[in-house]
Amino acid sequence: MDCFIGIDIGSTTVKAVVLDEHKNIQYKHYGRHYARVRETTVQLIDDLKDLLKGKRLKVAITGSVGLGLSRDTGIEFVQEVFATRIAVEDCLCNVDVVIELGGEDAKILFLTGGTEERMNGSCAGGTGAFIDQMASLLNVSLEELDTLSFKHEKIYSIASRCGVFAKSDIQPLLNQGANKADIAASIYQAVVDQTIGGLAQGRTIRGRVAFLGGPLTFQKGLQERFVETLGLDREHALFPKNAEFYVALGAALYSMNRTAMDYNELMDKLKQSLTYKNILRSLPPLFESEKQYQEFKSRHSQDKVRHVDISTYTGDAYLGIDAGSTTIKLVLISPDGDLLYSFYQSNYGEPIPLVKEHLQRIYQLGAGRIRICSGASTGYGEELIRHAFHLDGNIVETIAHFFAARFFNPRVDFILDIGGQDIKCFKIKNNAVDSIMLNEACSSGCGSFIDTYSQALGYPIEEFAKLGLFAEHPVDLGSRCTVFMNSSIKQAQKDGADISDISAGLAVSIVKNALYKVIRVSSPDELGDNIVVQGGTFLNDAILRSFEMETEKEVTRPPIAGLMGAFGAALYAKSLNKTESSILNALELAKFTHTAKAAQCRLCTNNCRLTVNLFSGNARYISGNRCERPLGSKDKTRLPNAYAYKLKRLEEYKPLKNAPLGRIGLPMGLNMYENLPFWHTLLSDVGFEVVLSGHSTRELYTKGQHTIPSDTVCYPAKLMHGHIEQLLEQDIETIFYPCMTYNFDEDLGDNHYNCPVVAYYPELLKANVSALAEIEFHCPYFSLSNKKQFTKRASSYFKEMFNIPARVTKAAVEKAYIEQFRYMDDIRKYGLTAIQYAKENNRNIIVLAGRPYHVDKEVNHGIDQLIQALGLVVITEDCISCLEKKQKVQVLDQWTYHSRLYAAAHYVTRCKNMQLVQLVSFGCGLDAITTDEVRDILESKGKFYTQIKIDEISNLGAAKIRLRSLIAAVSLQGEI
Amino acid sequence: MSKLKYTKDGRLLFTKEMKKEYTILMPMMMPIHFTFLKNILTKYGYRMKLLKTTHARIVDEGLQNVHNDTCYPALLVIGQLLDAIKKGECSIDRTALIITQTGGGCRASNYIYLLRKALKKNGLSHIPVISFNLNGMEKNPGFIITPGMLVQLIYAVLYGDILMLLSNQTRPYEVEQGASDNLTNKWIRQLSRELRGSSFLNTKKVKKRMEQIAADFAAVPVKKTDKVKVGIVGEIYMKYSPLGNNNLEDFLQQEDAEVEVPGLLDFIIYTCDNGATDARLYGINRGTSILSSILKNYLVKMQNLLIEAVRSQPCFRAPSPYDHIKSLVQGYIGTGVKMGEGWLLTAEMLDLISSGVNNIVCTQPFGCLPNHISGKGMIRKIKENYPNANIVAIDYDPGATRINQENRIKLMLSVAKLNLLKLTR
Repeated sequence: MDCFIGIDIGSTTVKAVVLDEHKNIQYKHYGRHYARVRETTVQLIDDLKDLLKGKRLKVAITGSVGLGLSRDTGIEFVQEVFATRIAVEDCLCNVDVVIELGGEDAKILFLTGGTEERMNGSCAGGTGAFIDQMASLLNVSLEELDTLSFKHEKIYSIASRCGVFAKSDIQPLLNQGANKADIAASIYQAVVDQTIGGLAQGRTIRGRVAFLGGPLTFQKGLQERFVETLGLDREHALFPKNAEFYVALGAALYSMNRTAMDYNELMDKLKQSLTYKNILRSLPPLFESEKQYQEFKSRHSQDKVRHVDISTYTGDAYLGIDAGSTTIKLVLISPDGDLLYSFYQSNYGEPIPLVKEHLQRIYQLGAGRIRICSGASTGYGEELIRHAFHLDGNIVETIAHFFAARFFNPRVDFILDIGGQDIKCFKIKNNAVDSIMLNEACSSGCGSFIDTYSQALGYPIEEFAKLGLFAEHPVDLGSRCTVFMNSSIKQAQKDGADISDISAGLAVSIVKNALYKVIRVSSPDELGDNIVVQGGTFLNDAILRSFEMETEKEVTRPPIAGLMGAFGAALYAKSLNKTESSILNALELAKFTHTAKAAQCRLCTNNCRLTVNLFSGNARYISGNRCERPLGSKDKTRLPNAYAYKLKRLEEYKPLKNAPLGRIGLPMGLNMYENLPFWHTLLSDVGFEVVLSGHSTRELYTKGQHTIPSDTVCYPAKLMHGHIEQLLEQDIETIFYPCMTYNFDEDLGDNHYNCPVVAYYPELLKANVSALAEIEFHCPYFSLSNKKQFTKRASSYFKEMFNIPARVTKAAVEKAYIEQFRYMDDIRKYGLTAIQYAKENNRNIIVLAGRPYHVDKEVNHGIDQLIQALGLVVITEDCISCLEKKQKVQVLDQWTYHSRLYAAAHYVTRCKNMQLVQLVSFGCGLDAITTDEVRDILESKGKFYTQIKIDEISNLGAAKIRLRSLIAAVSLQGEI
Repeated sequence: MSKLKYTKDGRLLFTKEMKKEYTILMPMMMPIHFTFLKNILTKYGYRMKLLKTTHARIVDEGLQNVHNDTCYPALLVIGQLLDAIKKGECSIDRTALIITQTGGGCRASNYIYLLRKALKKNGLSHIPVISFNLNGMEKNPGFIITPGMLVQLIYAVLYGDILMLLSNQTRPYEVEQGASDNLTNKWIRQLSRELRGSSFLNTKKVKKRMEQIAADFAAVPVKKTDKVKVGIVGEIYMKYSPLGNNNLEDFLQQEDAEVEVPGLLDFIIYTCDNGATDARLYGINRGTSILSSILKNYLVKMQNLLIEAVRSQPCFRAPSPYDHIKSLVQGYIGTGVKMGEGWLLTAEMLDLISSGVNNIVCTQPFGCLPNHISGKGMIRKIKENYPNANIVAIDYDPGATRINQENRIKLMLSVAKLNLLKLTR
């Protein structure tokens, strides 16, 4: 008798199916393997002894982790997407599309109309593990998440490309008190959008769609989102029985034509694999011996903080609250810095009740003896907490950390803080923060990653960390973002690494991530001599140890490493020199209530998502706003903002009425933001009505998302797809979007290129937006840098294409050049006026440096307004770049936009009241080169360098922290 | 001891004295071609050391010294060089580095600057870096490519390409394992010896040698079976370098596929041809344009010799002539796309498919800018016109794991095998 076995080993689970000769399922199994892949598989087959003994067995393994097992055992392997196809073709009929979501992979199969299989790229969350991660962020089980999602009223846009991005979208929502049900549904929607946008990549999902894999089987809410988004009815949405087993089923079916073996043979092969350990890259152990560990422990126990019993203490006290993104920390200290009370807890998205509860306890414990002189808050939710409880002040978290570190080591010259979500590090020079580095959205494989991972493996975090201390062969997992680390772990699991090795490897990779990704050191000497490490993550001895090993330095870890933000806030509160705090007293606190509701600001096109917090006594606090307008402030004197000016200036170009040549469309993105004056004038003058695609919005992006072929290209480029759709919707029949290898030559660099994406994106659009084949899409190659040559070429082009006489074109070109230069000149003039204004009104200036298309509001997310609201004048790099001569830089200076950045940076170094903030699009390869260079230029003259990375996520929290830290650092330095 | 001399704008020069005393470290990209390159330079009196290292430390050096968002090839090339310096195989005061410099709008033209930055960061700025380029970008008194050398280099590329092509076509079917590799090595040794004396007039000899090579490979005993054919295209370093692409060629061969990698010559002709593009499209740089055209025509002639030599043995698939490849992109992408691999990448995919190699791995470093357009950006259109095209795009970077890459390649291979089965039935 024959038996067919399919074993599907994914990143987190093992699925197995046993079929008899008639393809009937004899047995099926679905369970987590907790990284013990080989043991679990052996156990599984062992359990089936009675069923399998005496039969001829045909076996195939599949799944991403199964590959290694197959290699070591010699058991047949079948690629999982391929296995899915086999199963679907065998078990279901008339299926057009299959969507299968697994732990970390997402797959789509088109079975009709040209078969095609796709898997998510290496940089793509949007899967089961992503949902797991989000559920734990919300502190609900998967079942609860599912139930919750059915109660949603609205859906937020959440980036699901990578878990880290999504977190930074969700966290502010939680902090602002958004409804969990809405968030739950939004998480599912994000997965759906990712599947349609990222996986289908231009192919429409239509016909009968089968949904497979664990998440799509168990999570009805996710099913609902898919069905609704794709507009499927009962007939066309298939949720087959055993959907979670299809891959294993496919493997079993695949095994039919393979060689047979008997039970013992199979068991031997599998057991053999248990002894096989194939770690390619292992690291030295963290500790060689128990003794070494004890020495390490005792050295670190010297850094002390005094605990004083709150129930006996009498006197003054200061309160500090750190409302972090996922946690809440609170300390109460005496004037000497002794710790009276503290707590540190995950905030589960609701920080306010927790603070209330602990404040009440403090009042209770210290009744009549303790007087709170002042209190301050810090962290993501600092303003909310301050308003809710009437604290005396709030302080940006970077500075709070500095205050706290200085308390433990007055000579501190380097602070590294690794928290749940972020890595912060600053150098201290002359008792002031000298440079600040924060992790980018993409690389934040921080503390919470270990938490999530240990949870997924079923270990409490403390135990998981301890496991790593004495691991013999820590796995080298590299230093990259969370998603990549997940697959590195998968690789290690595949190679048979055990839990302790993985635990130690994770600790090392977090340290490496901080050192080489965020701080980017090349030698430990750069870090300084008095290093203080803090943040909850450093309470993990494995991480502390790997930091010391990697840097070869002994560092200070305060025993309250996790409370440093709150501690710093308390020290700051003390520095306010108040005698009586404005904080809610016990009576007021008892009556305190808080409700939050979501709203959308309609005062401008940003449409900020607001959260309106209502407190007892009709107090109100609004968060989520970029500018001051929704707060009802009537301040009419708005500070100069060159970003706003540019936008307004571009709006001057209006379409010609009754144009003889009809309408022509221009997509408003990338270099069109700079060259609009030119093309608009030229085309209008020869007789076209120029129609623009309008402002970018999130909706516009979604419209074009399905034709984006490369999901790692920058957001401004991705938006172009939406702009094209926008034009097509207006029934435009001619679109003009030239390819431009070269930019204007402004004599600032060695050459004057555009970047490859700006230069050639029209070619990509032509090849991927199929509707463009139906209309006239013009993407001629032009260079504006040589007027004579351009005139010649344009004349013949417009003659050939539109039958426009050469002399008409020539005259139009003449005007276009004049208009282009007038536009650029206007911007410079505006810049000079703004600089003058700042001087007269004693304001500071931020040069928000980027590229011309960064003025797009959907690209910059309103950062310019945020800066304005912080009381600073905003100008652009091209306001001032012309004031500089060509600079000698250390890199090849051949892109016009870059040359402007370098020139602007040089200019800033000479201006006392000017700081430069560089906007960088995620995925901009060229900015890897410019950022380092701009930093070098600024820092060589003692200026701060601040970088803000922008993408489709619109969370301004991180940007705000950077900007406020910059302002605080500058003022501590005594410049402001 | 050679004195350190600088140009006016502060670039450290490689002097004539250094030529005698210094060892020049050279990073690896294409094992066959670079061995020839090394041998030629050695014969001209340079002390060359071709780095064959592949260990993990290279990536770490790269990560520590190059901005991590820079493309992966920069990280590996710079990492490999720094690793070699730090291991101290040669005296730090008598070491120079050599690296190619292409120019053009891709960030790859920045490698040499990033390398110098990395040296500075490590206190090694006294190590001279030689730019290997043919368009007169950075010059060094101690390193001059003479016309004679240039000719030999061109011959070396021809030899490299034909050896790579034929060994790839023979290896999967050889009866005696290792026969193709042994033959390749034999020819590398022999040709290296001969190259020293080569000049423009030796074309006939080159032709003869290539015919002999083809005959030799045709004589390797083979057992022909139906195998899946897979083409590798992409960013130049990722496509060729085993260090970069995790031994992609070996992996595909282990999976029982026949590998086809387009030769280096096409890329060189493409680079020359681009010199004329600016004049054609924008009316600028006419001077370079004329020179480029002359060189291009010469190279195309040389390529024909190679094609004829391969055709002399009917058992082999000969490569397509450059102008044919170029004509394929019409309707896909403009030939004005000249940054990075530009339109050539699209052309190579189309050429593979039209010559029956439907299965393609398109390799690129994570976030490669030109490949957004000419690689990933064109796949959809190609698939529309060739439904049998089976293309997988793979990103490489220090964090991308082999398992993820291999799993996706395996999917491509499964489909390829199924298509092959359908075809043979």
